[in-house]
Amino acid sequence: MNIPRFWRKINNRYNLMGTKCENCGQTYFPPRNICPNCRREGEIVEHSFEDEIGELITYTIIRSAAEDHEKETPYILGIIELEENTRLTSQIVNCEIEDVEIGMKLKPVFRKLGEQSKDGLLFYGVKFSPIGKEE
Amino acid sequence: MTGIVSYGVYVPKYRIKVEEIAKVWKEDPESIKKGLKVNQKSAPGQDEDTATIAVEAARNAIKRQEISGEEIEAIYVGSESHPYAVKPTATIVAEAIKATPNLTAADYEFACKAGTAGIQNCMGLVNSDMAKMGMAIGADVSQGAPGDALEYTAGSGGAAYIIGKEDVIAKIKKTTSYTTDTPDFWRREGERYPRHGGRFTGKPGYFSHVIGATKSLMDKMDTEPNEYDYAVFHQPNGKFPVRAAKKLGFNKKQYQDCLVVNKIGNTYSGSTLIGLASVLDESSPGDKIIATSYGSGAGSDSFHIEVTSKIKEVREKGPKVNYFLEESKYLSYGEYARNKEKVR
Ligand SMILES: [Zn+2]
Repeated sequence: MNIPRFWRKINNRYNLMGTKCENCGQTYFPPRNICPNCRREGEIVEHSFEDEIGELITYTIIRSAAEDHEKETPYILGIIELEENTRLTSQIVNCEIEDVEIGMKLKPVFRKLGEQSKDGLLFYGVKFSPIGKEE
Repeated sequence: MTGIVSYGVYVPKYRIKVEEIAKVWKEDPESIKKGLKVNQKSAPGQDEDTATIAVEAARNAIKRQEISGEEIEAIYVGSESHPYAVKPTATIVAEAIKATPNLTAADYEFACKAGTAGIQNCMGLVNSDMAKMGMAIGADVSQGAPGDALEYTAGSGGAAYIIGKEDVIAKIKKTTSYTTDTPDFWRREGERYPRHGGRFTGKPGYFSHVIGATKSLMDKMDTEPNEYDYAVFHQPNGKFPVRAAKKLGFNKKQYQDCLVVNKIGNTYSGSTLIGLASVLDESSPGDKIIATSYGSGAGSDSFHIEVTSKIKEVREKGPKVNYFLEESKYLSYGEYARNKEKVR
C-alpha cells in the first residue's frame, strides 16, 4: 500500500465512511461516486456505517498468508453485510475459529491492519468483532 | 465548574495467568502471586497497540455523552508505549473520533502518569476558555523483558476522559502534583524493554510521591481521609496501593473497589484511570473521590473529585470496567509471546 493512497482513504478506513445514493437509497462501501442504478439521476452523499451492526454472510479460515500477515495465521476472513446489498470483506477478531458462525452479529472495531515495513508506516482501520454479552 | 464530562475504558480480551509465565521461567507461582497480589494480567491481540486501545477508549467516552468529535478541541495521549517514536498517537485518535482538523493534539510521556498529566492540561485549557472540551487518554501495551519480574504484571489497557465545564458527571475541585528526579525505572531510546532499580525503589519512588501528592491535596482542600467515599491509587501491583492507602489513613471500604490489578495487571498509563472509571461505574451523586497517579522518574498527580447527579444516566451508555474484567480468553505463554512478537 503506498502512502498517498492510504492517506486519502483514512476516513473510510477509520470510520467506515461510505456513500449513499439519495435517489434510490442504496449505500456503498467502499464509497462510490456514481450510483450504478441511477447514473446521472443519482445523488451521492457521504454515509457512515460506524454505528451499524453487521451480519456475517460467509467466511473462510486463512491458514497460510503472504509474509506481512504470516504471523497472524490462522485467522478468519469474513464477508459482512452492513446494510442491504452493502457488503465488505474484513478480518473477524476476538473470535475463536471454533466459535465463528454464519449469521453472527458483528460490530466494527479499530485495529492495526498491517505495516508498510519494519520501519515503515503502520496502517490502522476497521475490523469486525462479535458483539459482547452486554451489548 | 470544570470536571469530567464523560469517560470510556478499553481492555483487550486476552489474559495470561501468573502460573503460565512462572512455568516457563521455573519460578514458584504461589510466592509470586503472594508477593505481587496479582493473579493474571491482560495482553493485547496481535493487531492491538496503544493507538487502537486509545481509539476504543475514546469512542466509548464519546458514546457515553453523545458528544460530536468536533466539540473536542484538544487531545492528549499519555503512554510509555506509543507505536511510533516520531508521529503522534493523538492524531490517529483525533481522526478516528472525527475531531479533526480544528483541535490541538500531542502525545505525553511520563511513565505511568502521562494520562493524568493530560487531564491537568485539559483542565487548564477548559478553565481558561481556550477549549470547550478536551480529551485525555492514558493507554499502554506494556512490555516486561522475558524473565524479568515486570513480565508478571505488565498489562494492556486504557481509559479516556473528556474534560469540560457543561454537563459534568463529576467535578474536579482541585488537582495537585508532586514531582522529583528519581531514577527508579527507565527505558533508553531505541531499547525494547525498560530497566528498573529493583526492589528498593518502592520507598523513594512510589510511596514518597503518592503519599506526598495525596497529602498535599488534602492540605489544600482542608480534608481528612474519612471524608472521602473512594480512594484510588496507581496499581503497579496489588500490594503498593493498599500499603499507600493504609499509610495515608484510608480504610478497606474506600480503596478495595477500584483494585483491578489482580485481574488485568498494571496497565501503566491506564492504571489509575481505569481504577477511577471502576469507581465512577458504581458511585452515587455527592460521593467524594480522591485519585492519585504515579509515574516513575518520578511524579504523582492527585485529584479531588465530586460526583454529580448527571452520573446515573451517562454511565449506562458505555461498557463498564466489569464488562472488560469478565470478557476474557486465556493464552498459553507461546500464544502470548507470539502476540507480543517476543519470539521473532
Ligand atoms: Zn441510486
